[in-house]
Amino acid sequence: MGRVRVLVGTRKGAFVLTADGKREQWDVSGPHFAGWEIYHLEGSPADPDRLYASQSSGWFGQLIQRSEDGGRTWEPVGNRFAYDGEIGTHQWYDGTAHPWKFARVWHLEPSLTDPDTVYAGVEDAALFRSVDGGKEWHELASLRRHDSAPSWQPGAGGMCLHTILLDPHDPGRIFVAISAAGAFRTDDAGKTWKPINRGLRSEGIPDEDAEVGHCVHRIAMHPSRPDVLVMQKHWDVMRSDDAGESWHEISGNLPTDFGFPIEIHAHEPDTIYVVPIKSDSEHYPPDGRLRVYRSRTGGNEWEPLTNGLPQSHCYVNVLRDAMSVDSLDPCGVYFGTTGGQVYASADAGDSWTPIVRDLPAVLSVEAQTLP
Amino acid sequence: MIRVVLPAHLRTLAHVDGEATFDIDGQATQRSVLDALEARYPMLRGTIRDHDTQQRRAFVRFFACEQDLSHEPPDAPLPDAVTAGAEPFLIVGAMAGG
Repeated sequence: MGRVRVLVGTRKGAFVLTADGKREQWDVSGPHFAGWEIYHLEGSPADPDRLYASQSSGWFGQLIQRSEDGGRTWEPVGNRFAYDGEIGTHQWYDGTAHPWKFARVWHLEPSLTDPDTVYAGVEDAALFRSVDGGKEWHELASLRRHDSAPSWQPGAGGMCLHTILLDPHDPGRIFVAISAAGAFRTDDAGKTWKPINRGLRSEGIPDEDAEVGHCVHRIAMHPSRPDVLVMQKHWDVMRSDDAGESWHEISGNLPTDFGFPIEIHAHEPDTIYVVPIKSDSEHYPPDGRLRVYRSRTGGNEWEPLTNGLPQSHCYVNVLRDAMSVDSLDPCGVYFGTTGGQVYASADAGDSWTPIVRDLPAVLSVEAQTLP
Repeated sequence: MIRVVLPAHLRTLAHVDGEATFDIDGQATQRSVLDALEARYPMLRGTIRDHDTQQRRAFVRFFACEQDLSHEPPDAPLPDAVTAGAEPFLIVGAMAGG
């Protein structure tokens, strides 16, 4: 039947939630790294017991932790994230040129095939890679040397590289997304990068359809169809059918097309999940009703999923890395809130149950499907 | 013998119970104490001072003998009482919430 392990990063530590294939009874362990911000944890697809965690604090900076036993024990590995070569500048909030400065690791993406290879998306935006299990990190610096980089600006949460998608059919192809620069793609394993933002329109920038400058919140890909991408932009839910060469809007009948996470059903590439949020200043569900929206048609037609979710007085947010799916049948869907709840659905979103209700604010949720 | 008191989160990280104690050669300074501390506990590298610039992290302070030494030059001698092990060198997480 298989088992599920859900890795939860919060403002004050990490939690590991495990269940059998029924996904009814959950064992909760944690907090691991109590008191530290855990922006993201992720397991290796090639060795599910190999986990990586991004641990940081305003006092003591960045650490990377590695586990070999599915999160029971951890060891700190390398935490030196040095930009390669000339540091360069990006645009600051006041329009001045601001030197790149490392703040934290937002997202860790282990290789699909090698447990020792893992990518890190960082703030200020850059992509790093380790090929020795996290001991040493080297920047894939040509991204930050792109001609447009001096014009990149931070979003409200900082200038973070938050999304890394590895193409399972083409080892040279990687997609990344940066707030608020947009989406980029390499086809040569990071030697060169191109912006892939054609079709995005953002009213908050002077040139609405500029090549870069869009506040992309999240991109998702189904492994069976890596040329099809779906995106939750600051406003607008978007889709590309040509690996990001062009995008079209699929917001359709959503009550609001602002939001952060976006996910795809493990077995149905045209089934997409988003969590509509009222607006960029009102970071909570519209009408105080927490609703996941599901499209079974690849976008445009969306249905609210409410069974088991609070439908009154709910004013939490769901952050960009805080939604995930397992690959059991039926597909499990999970998301965490800034109110500390982690909700699980063992029936592809038809019904929801909180696994935990009172964690610190949830920053990330990753589901692992285990034998 | 040098005695170093770490903040709680770094004691947990370094698996240190109580004070960290070690000997150093020559004059005790912030730099020599931190170099020796990081050599013994490599997981602390980058948590107290920047890997490359060696600058103290903004929300970390250095105290000893009821003095704030945070703004002293890294190669300035530490008080004799610290060098002699009579007083600890305190590494403190600045008072802040969040």
